[in-house]
Amino acid sequence: MRFVDEFRDAAKARALAAEIAALCEPGREYRFMEVCGGHTHTIYKHGIEDYLPENITLVHGPGCPVCVIPMGRVDDAIHIARTPGVLMTSFGDMMRVPGSGGNFFDSNAEGTNIRMVYSPLDALKLARQTDRHVVFMAIGFETTAPSTAMTVLRAAEEGITNFSVFCNHVTILPAIKAILDSPDQRIDGFLGPGHVSTVIGCEPYRFIARDYGKPLVVAGFEPLDVLQSIYRLMLQVREGRAEVENQYARVVAWQGNPTALRVITEVMEPRQHFEWRGLGFISHSALRVKEAFARFDAERIFDLPGVRVADPKACQCGEVLKGVLKPWECKVFGTACTPETPIGTCMVSPEGACAAYYNFGRFTRERVREASAR
Amino acid sequence: MCLAIPGEVVEILDEHPDLVKVDVSGVRRTINVGLLADEGVRRGDWVLIHVGFALSKIDEEEARATLEFLETLGKAYQDEMDALLDSEID
Ligand code: SF4
Repeated sequence: MRFVDEFRDAAKARALAAEIAALCEPGREYRFMEVCGGHTHTIYKHGIEDYLPENITLVHGPGCPVCVIPMGRVDDAIHIARTPGVLMTSFGDMMRVPGSGGNFFDSNAEGTNIRMVYSPLDALKLARQTDRHVVFMAIGFETTAPSTAMTVLRAAEEGITNFSVFCNHVTILPAIKAILDSPDQRIDGFLGPGHVSTVIGCEPYRFIARDYGKPLVVAGFEPLDVLQSIYRLMLQVREGRAEVENQYARVVAWQGNPTALRVITEVMEPRQHFEWRGLGFISHSALRVKEAFARFDAERIFDLPGVRVADPKACQCGEVLKGVLKPWECKVFGTACTPETPIGTCMVSPEGACAAYYNFGRFTRERVREASAR
Repeated sequence: MCLAIPGEVVEILDEHPDLVKVDVSGVRRTINVGLLADEGVRRGDWVLIHVGFALSKIDEEEARATLEFLETLGKAYQDEMDALLDSEID
């Protein structure tokens, strides 16, 4: 066994790993999906799979908000950025996400000025300082949506007239449901997203246990958190239970953050449909700005092409996001598609499964097994 | 933007009730604590910061453990800190 990276609690991790192994029934395969990209990062960075018995597989879910933005939305953002008098802003992670004609950096090389900001509040500050209309490209799950909503409320309070958001917020539950409903899926349980749950709490996951009979454990991000959560999932499977548990109670309150939820519903409402890169259209899986805040909604202010662009043929991000393929099983992984020149978005953000694997995972167990089988 | 970073509240800004100054690994920045309005935030509290907003309160021990863990992430953490350093929320 080769550990990618020994971490502080490696001894405790091995002890936990032994307990997990003791719960495995011989001949049975276990597949657990980590929904959140932050977990994917930990798993590869710290070689968590190397600690696990061979019959437990971790499947990487759709929880990287950058990875699921479809090409058409990138194109729309560039279209807005090209409008005279507009200053487009975005999180740094969005800059390399490919659209059909290139990414934000390519667009800037051709004359736009899409600026990176740390917070939507930084975009709002720019609006106060310029005559131009500042648009913030809003992305992220329920973790980030309240921040965008608060910023819109602040803009309204200050009577700012040259600020809007291009809203691309997505919601996690419809995506999990879509995965559970997909026929090629066999998942025994979920590691629930830590930060999303600080906002939505643990209760909304109940349907996964009740209607699908799958356990979910909300998990922290440290290696030991991930292993403890896997242990709890294994215990549930072993005992034939399917429940929602909170391993990350030191940060996540069971009821979530009611203020954050209230702010989201004040400013945003679910969309009928939203396209997820690789996963296609999922109903009620995203948020848009409510009519009452139309003056802050870039989709209402600008005439957007809104063209649906098919993913590149070579790209298998959809299979990776659903956990059907492991990153290295994609035909262009590491050759045509690398973090420097991503074809699909899973290679763009460090939380993307392909990038995480490319950066850290090259020695994980499957790889070693494959190599020795050759 | 996917990381949440712990910071200690070092100053409450009277001009705007939602804004506080935090110390994050020795640097001071302004963040918004409006999402914690129900609980209230005081000097000396530790919070998890995500894109300029405090997401939740944590205790000091958790904050230190999180920081230590984030440092092991290398570039992803460095990029997030660099972005935070560029931030000028007010
Ligand atoms: S290697 Fe590239 S194209 Fe293939 S699934 Fe990963 S990100 Fe998508």
